[in-house]
Amino acid sequence: MIKTESIEKTSCYHCGNDCETPAYVVEEKHFCCLGCKSVFEVLSASNLCNYYSYNDHPGVNRAKVDKRFDYLNEPDIINELIDFKDDDTTIITFYIPHIHCSSCLWLLEQLNKMNHAIHYSRVDFLKKQLNVRFNHNQLTLQQLVEQLYDIGYEPVISLQDIIKKQNTPEKDNLVLKIAVAGFCFGNVMLLSFPEYFGISVYEQTFKHFFGLANIVFALPVVFYSGWGYFVSAWQNLKVKNLNIDFPLALGIAVLFLRSVVDVIINNDPGFTDTLCGLVFFLLIGKFVQRKTYYHISFERDYRSFFPVAVNVITDNIEKPVPLSQLQTGQRVVIRNNEIIPADAILLKGRAMVDFSFVTGESIPVNKTLGEIIYAGGRQTGEAIELEVVKSVSQSYLTQLWNNEAFTRQKNNNNQTFNEKVSKYFTVVLLAIAFGSLLFWLPFNAGRGLAAFTAVLIVACPCALALSTPFTMAAALSIFDRNLFYLKNTQVVEHMAAIDTIVMDKTGTITNSDTNNIKLNGELTDIQQQLIYSACTNSIHPLSRMICDYLGQLPKLPLRKYEEIPGKGIVAWIGDHDLLIGSKGLIFNETDEKFTKTAVHILIDERYLGYFAIEHNYRAGMENITNLNPDYQLYLLSGDQDHEKNDLLRFFRSADQMHFNQSPQSKLDFIRSLQDKGNKVMMIGDGLNDSGALKQSDLGVAITDNVNNFSPGSDAIMDGRSFKKLPSFLRFAKDTVKIIHCSFAISLTYNLIGLSYAVTGKLSPLVAAILMPVSTVTIISFTTLAAHFAAKKRHLL
Amino acid sequence: MSIIYFLIGCSILLALIFLGAFFWAQCSGQNDDLCTPSMRILLDDEDEDEPEPRK
Repeated sequence: MIKTESIEKTSCYHCGNDCETPAYVVEEKHFCCLGCKSVFEVLSASNLCNYYSYNDHPGVNRAKVDKRFDYLNEPDIINELIDFKDDDTTIITFYIPHIHCSSCLWLLEQLNKMNHAIHYSRVDFLKKQLNVRFNHNQLTLQQLVEQLYDIGYEPVISLQDIIKKQNTPEKDNLVLKIAVAGFCFGNVMLLSFPEYFGISVYEQTFKHFFGLANIVFALPVVFYSGWGYFVSAWQNLKVKNLNIDFPLALGIAVLFLRSVVDVIINNDPGFTDTLCGLVFFLLIGKFVQRKTYYHISFERDYRSFFPVAVNVITDNIEKPVPLSQLQTGQRVVIRNNEIIPADAILLKGRAMVDFSFVTGESIPVNKTLGEIIYAGGRQTGEAIELEVVKSVSQSYLTQLWNNEAFTRQKNNNNQTFNEKVSKYFTVVLLAIAFGSLLFWLPFNAGRGLAAFTAVLIVACPCALALSTPFTMAAALSIFDRNLFYLKNTQVVEHMAAIDTIVMDKTGTITNSDTNNIKLNGELTDIQQQLIYSACTNSIHPLSRMICDYLGQLPKLPLRKYEEIPGKGIVAWIGDHDLLIGSKGLIFNETDEKFTKTAVHILIDERYLGYFAIEHNYRAGMENITNLNPDYQLYLLSGDQDHEKNDLLRFFRSADQMHFNQSPQSKLDFIRSLQDKGNKVMMIGDGLNDSGALKQSDLGVAITDNVNNFSPGSDAIMDGRSFKKLPSFLRFAKDTVKIIHCSFAISLTYNLIGLSYAVTGKLSPLVAAILMPVSTVTIISFTTLAAHFAAKKRHLL
Repeated sequence: MSIIYFLIGCSILLALIFLGAFFWAQCSGQNDDLCTPSMRILLDDEDEDEPEPRK
């Protein structure tokens, strides 16, 4: 035992992976692969080895290396990518997903030490962005990217730069508005205190001065900070919609006008303190509602996943062509790890295409010459040549984005509770206000007006407007802690309304990383050794899985070895001849009924059984099944119905499972459910689910690494949290209940205030106390209740 | 008691200066990235002349 400990694998100095071979050693430091070693050499040549002293193993594994940035010499593409350019300076922002620790930060800000043409480089850690200013006469963009690549920080270059767009700050200056409102609120409070405590007869001149000063402070609050409410209310009125901004704007306007009249004409204190406090708290509510995830994008489509350019062969010359200029009939070269950008016919080479981004299936598919390969696949292995048969946007997969589901706004029948209520609220409020005006008017016109304005002031739905943002912000942070990222706060309400859940199979309910390989049949030690020796020569993923399964065995010399693409391996080792591969290879027949991906073994004309590859279902699939009475569950899979029987334990009947679904038919299925009045949640992971995710009322993309690609959706879920889905759904319902409760609380406050207001004798002091007290009650109630609900659902 | 006018004027002026400072900070992008500088400060400055002893 101790002996095995002592030959414990060393971990790579750069990336921390186990070193399989002792071949890569520099300066007594071990590396797992050539890529990691070369990064270290580049860094040590530039004297930047401090990189390794801030953190252990800060690098990313570099086993797979291929650098091709030729396309960065095309002026069209360069102009799309850069932020700014003049005679000799270019500024560009890169998105680098690998930025994760202080070493990354340190190294990337030392770029100017490696190359003096780089003037300046700055990292934004949360956004994982690097801003570089460099001299493009001395260093081309391609060289810069290659330099980054050489030190292990490959930027993601995409023409549809969603991350960059998403991170441009919003132009509404909300923070500045809050600052102004807060500043004025504080000063007005200070100047109002003397009035509350009583000003003696000798100091009456101060009273007028304080009142006027308050009016001056109220001006920027109404006309700068609170102006957005007037704009919004007016725009909604124009489309005949009474949203919550209408009573708010009305409240602000009435508060201001009444204060001006009170102070200037009546020499009364006015309501400026209430006014400033109201706007300040409302803006705070807006601010907490705004949650940004810098590292996640919810808007990605195929363009952010497809390459920027592809190499086209014309007259035997390879030239990078931007994807938008790719035409049918052109001949393209796709190398290892490159993505096939359009539907194309395979002309040359052995295609082994990994469709994991499209379907979630992680085992690459063999394609034969002349076969059409759909766009979105990633070639693994040697370079292949293809002839484009459809343009990029018209391909089998990408034409999905031409569907109207992508062009129209998300359906508006999902009105939030707030929107529904505010309509009635406004009507009732106006009725009470005019009612009290008419009641007093015959006796005392002044008192009638006072009552009218007082009603509008007191009933201004400040607490109501705050209850939703604060509850939702608390809910969002709880989901966030559980690795479930929602696009915005409305998603929570949509989630509470869901009654139907549709799931994709591969990659969604199955775990894409851990495929299970099982041996059906008996193998002797020598047979295992034979199979191992044959399979180690193949780079096919199934061969590799078999080798992993058999473990390290001594390798036997091969006398003959041939790999037949799409079929398997023919080998001759010692006196034995081996056939390892598909049923077609071994029995010369293809059995459609055979329901698993399997590798069959024939040694010396004797059939010994097969290795079956099975998917592991994600942990917690049983919990999901238990949702069945409350939620309708459906499965939509692009695959054959191989696993139908296996899946019956999760889905009660076969009617709930639909196989052989194309991306378009997934979308149509969701729509047909919606037409029946169901509120549908779609859970998917690949580009082929994009249409369904978009069409559904709530599209959830599931991913094992949130920095990786995930299709556009309303929410992104980390695969590890999949088992918590039932809790998430219940918690969303709890959240909506909390909003209802806080609505009741704020109504109670309104009623108390109204009972003063209708008499027309509302003192500024009552209003100034009532407004902050109700606000604080709502904020603390929603926050505490949300945390309590999360505890109950075991989400905290 | 007229000194009150002067004092209130001073306090408002002072507060306005702070508000202006905040506006300046916000508009010049100082609050855009609140995370990275907190990490940057922990990284040591290197001596330019002396090569780091590699170990």
